[in-house]
Amino acid sequence: MIWFLTRRVLATVAVLLAMSAIVYGLFYLMPGDPAVLACGKRCGPEQLVVTRHKLGLDQAVYLQYWHFLEGLVIGRDYSSGPDVNHCAAPCLGYSFQSDQPVTSLLLDRLPVSASLTLGALLLALVLGVGAGLLSALRRGTVVERLLTGVTLLGFSTPVFLIGLILLLVFCAWLKVLPFPSYVPVTQNPVEWARNLVLPWCALALIEAALFARVARAGILETLAEDHIRTFRAYGLSERQVVRRHALRGALAPVATITAVELATIIVSAMLTESMFGLPGIGKLAVEATTSVDLPVIVGVTLLAGTAVVLANAVADLLHAAIDPRVKLA
Amino acid sequence: MTPVLSVRDLRVRFGDREAVGGVSFDLEPGRALGVVGESGSGKSSIALALARLHVGADVTGSILVDGTDVLAASDAELRRLRGGRIAMVFQDPLSSLDPYLRVGDQIAEVYRVHTGASRRAAAAKAVEVLDRVGIPDAPRRARAHPHEFSGGMIQRALIAMALALEPRVLVADEPTTALDVTVQARLLALLDELRADTGMALLLVSHDFGVIAETADDVLVMRDGVAVEHGPVDGVLRAPSADYTRELLQAVPRLDAPRLRVTAPEPGEPADATPGREPLLRVTDLRRDFVSGPPLRRRAVPAVDGVSLEIAPGEALGVVGESGSGKTTLARLVVRLLAPSSGRIEFAGRDVTRLSARDLRPSRRDLQMVFQDPLASLNPRRTVGDSIADPLRVLGEPDAERTARDLMDRVGLDPGRYDAYPHEFSGGQRQRVGIARALAPGPRLLVCDEPVTSLDVSTQAQILALLAELRAERGLALLFVSHDLAVVRSVCDRVAVMRAGRVVELGDVDTVYDHPEDAYTRELLAAVPRLAALDPVP
Repeated sequence: MIWFLTRRVLATVAVLLAMSAIVYGLFYLMPGDPAVLACGKRCGPEQLVVTRHKLGLDQAVYLQYWHFLEGLVIGRDYSSGPDVNHCAAPCLGYSFQSDQPVTSLLLDRLPVSASLTLGALLLALVLGVGAGLLSALRRGTVVERLLTGVTLLGFSTPVFLIGLILLLVFCAWLKVLPFPSYVPVTQNPVEWARNLVLPWCALALIEAALFARVARAGILETLAEDHIRTFRAYGLSERQVVRRHALRGALAPVATITAVELATIIVSAMLTESMFGLPGIGKLAVEATTSVDLPVIVGVTLLAGTAVVLANAVADLLHAAIDPRVKLA
Repeated sequence: MTPVLSVRDLRVRFGDREAVGGVSFDLEPGRALGVVGESGSGKSSIALALARLHVGADVTGSILVDGTDVLAASDAELRRLRGGRIAMVFQDPLSSLDPYLRVGDQIAEVYRVHTGASRRAAAAKAVEVLDRVGIPDAPRRARAHPHEFSGGMIQRALIAMALALEPRVLVADEPTTALDVTVQARLLALLDELRADTGMALLLVSHDFGVIAETADDVLVMRDGVAVEHGPVDGVLRAPSADYTRELLQAVPRLDAPRLRVTAPEPGEPADATPGREPLLRVTDLRRDFVSGPPLRRRAVPAVDGVSLEIAPGEALGVVGESGSGKTTLARLVVRLLAPSSGRIEFAGRDVTRLSARDLRPSRRDLQMVFQDPLASLNPRRTVGDSIADPLRVLGEPDAERTARDLMDRVGLDPGRYDAYPHEFSGGQRQRVGIARALAPGPRLLVCDEPVTSLDVSTQAQILALLAELRAERGLALLFVSHDLAVVRSVCDRVAVMRAGRVVELGDVDTVYDHPEDAYTRELLAAVPRLAALDPVP
C-alpha cells in the first residue's frame, strides 16, 4: 500500500512536469506575441520593452521555465515598479491579461467546474449503470432494443447539440428552468441544482451511453461465468444471483472506465461551460487560449492533469476494493 | 429400497443436436452411480438436467428426485429442490465459487436462503461444515477468498456447501479432473465417508474409469448420448458386454500395462540407452528462480531447484510430478524457452546454457517441443499446413509445403486438409498437427509437455502409439512430461519423479514403479486410481 502510494505520487510528479514542459514548448511555437496583447492597442515600442520585461518574456525559454518551477516549489517574487509582490508556493505566476495570480483565478472558478463535472459524472453513472443493467436483464425484449437505440443516439450526439436542444426546450419554450447561471451551493443549494441541471444533463448523456454499454457487457459476461451456475444450482433466485453475485463483476470495469472517462468529461465540461455561460475553469481556459495567456494555460493544464491522475489512482483503489484478487503494486 | 433419484427416458436436445437420447436409471440412498464416457458422450448433460440447469435446451422424459418431478416443478419448488435435495459439485474448481466473496459467506448465504437461519447461525454452520470436509483451521479459512484456496480445497468447500443443506443426492461432475492424484484420492475418500455417514446418494460423472471403479457401486457407460452399458461396477469391469466398453477399458493407461516398446531401432542408432555413450542431452544442477513478493521484500522462489539428468540418443525419459513440482519449467528450460538461473545444459556435446538466440538456432533444428493444449499452441488464423511448414520455411527448406504434406500423412492426417484451420479439427487431430510441426525440422530430441492430457483415453492411446512409432522409425529421443504415471510408464524407458523443484527419484521405469525407494514416489503410486477388479491382487 505504501509502495503503491509512493509510486503513484512519483509518477504524478513526473507526468505533471512533462505536461508543463510540453505546454511551455508548444506556447513558443504558437504565433502571436503575448506582450503585444497584454500591452494593448496604443502601446509604444518602449512600453512594449517594459511589458516584456515585466512578464519575464525577455528571458531565455529555459530560464522562464526554471523560474516557473521555482515558483511552484518555493514561491517567487514579482516586482512591478517600486513594490514587490510575493507569490507564495505553489505559485503558478500571474495572468498576463488580468494581473491576478493564476492560483486565485483557478480557485475562484474551481467550485463551478467541480460542481459541473462531479455532478455530471454521478448522473452519468446512475443513468448509465441503471440502463446497462436493465438492458442486460431484459435481453431480447423491446426494453433492451429501446435502450440500445437511446444509448446509441446519446453516444453519437455532440454535447453542444444536446445542450442547445435542452436550452431551447426547457428555458425558451417550456420556461420551467432558468437560463443557467452559477449560484454557489453554500448560498442556495436548491437554486444551485436548478441552475446546473441542464449542463449536467448535457454532459452526462454522452457518458451515460458509454457506461451503459460497459455495464451491460459486464453483467452479461459475469452471468455467463461458472460461479453463477453454482449459485443457481444451489437454489438462489435470479434476483439474488444478480444482486449478490453478478453486479460486483459488472461494476469493476465501470470503475476503471470512469477514471479514464474523467479526462473526456473535463474536456466536454469546457465546452459545456462556454455554451451555458458558466464562469468555470473551462471558460477561463478558452479565454486564456485566445489571448495567449501562458501562465493561465499552464495552470489549467496542470490542474486538469492532476485531476485525471488522481482519478486513476482512486479507480485502482476501488478496483482493489471490489476484487480481492487485485493486488496494488 | 425406494430410489431417491429416478430417471426415465431422459432426452436433452440443443436445437437439432440430441446430446442425450433416452437414458433411464435409478439411484438408491447411500449408493453411488458412476457415469463414464468420452467428451461429447452426453454425461455432463445428464448431470445438468438433474437440477434443470440447462439453458436453451429442450429436456424431456421424467426425473424424480425424492418424489418431486424436476421437469414439472414450479420455480419456487425448483429452488427448494436445488441444493436442498439435489446438490452439485462442478469440474473447474477455480471458477465455481464467486471470486469476490469470502468462502464462508458463500456457504452461509446458500444456507440462509434454504433455512432462513440468522446470519450468525449461518456463519457458524459454514465453519462447521468446512471443518467436517477437512479444511484445516476452518474458522480462519472461512474468511478467505476463493483465490486463496487450492483446487482441492475449493472442491471440499463446494461439498461443504452441499453438506450444510443435507441433500439426498450429490451430483459431482468431474470433481477431481483438475486435481493432482494425491488430492484426488483424498477427495474421493471424503465422498465415500460422507456417503456412509449421511446416507446421501452420489452420482459421479467422470471420463476416468479408474475414478469410477474406485468410488461407484454401479456404472453407466455413455456413448453418443445413449447408455451402452449399465450394471454393477465389478461386473462391467470383469465382463463388459458392450464392445465400446471393452475398447474404452483397453485404452485406459494402466500402471501394469505392457510398454509401447520401440520395436525397430534404426540401424546404427540403437533406441536403448547404452551405458558409456555420449548423452544427447545433459543437464547439470539446473536451477530456475521466479521472483515474487512485494518490492523491497522480493524473494526468489526456485521452480527448478538443482536438477541433473541425461538423455541418451533415442531414449525416452519421463518426468512425473504434481502441479507445481517444476516439471513444465524443466521442459521449458531444456528447449531454452526460459533462461536458467544457474546450472548447465549440454545438447549433443555443445554447451547451450548461455547461447544467444542466434547462436542457438542450429541446435533448434534438433530440439523441438510439443505443447499441452493443441488448440492454444496453434495459430488460429493460419492453416494447419502452413503451421507445419513454417519451421521449414524459417530453416530455408526449398519445398516446405510438400514436406509438410508428407508429415501430415505420416502422423495420420489427410494431406488434403492442408488448407484447413485448427478449429476444424478434433483435439486428437490438433495434437497430431502439433507433433507434425515439431517433427518438421527433423529433431533428435522431442520435448513433450503433457501432450495427451486434454485428450480422451481412446485418442490418448492413438497419440501415444504414434509417438512410439516415430521413436522407432527416427531414433527420436523423448523428454516426456506428464502428471499421469500410467502414461509415462507405457511410453518411457526411464523416469524422473519431481517434487518441489527437485528430482526425488530417477531410474528405470520398471524399477521405480515396482520397487519405489522414495516415500513420495510410493505415495504418488498409491494414489493412482486402479481398475481394481482387473488388477491382480498383490
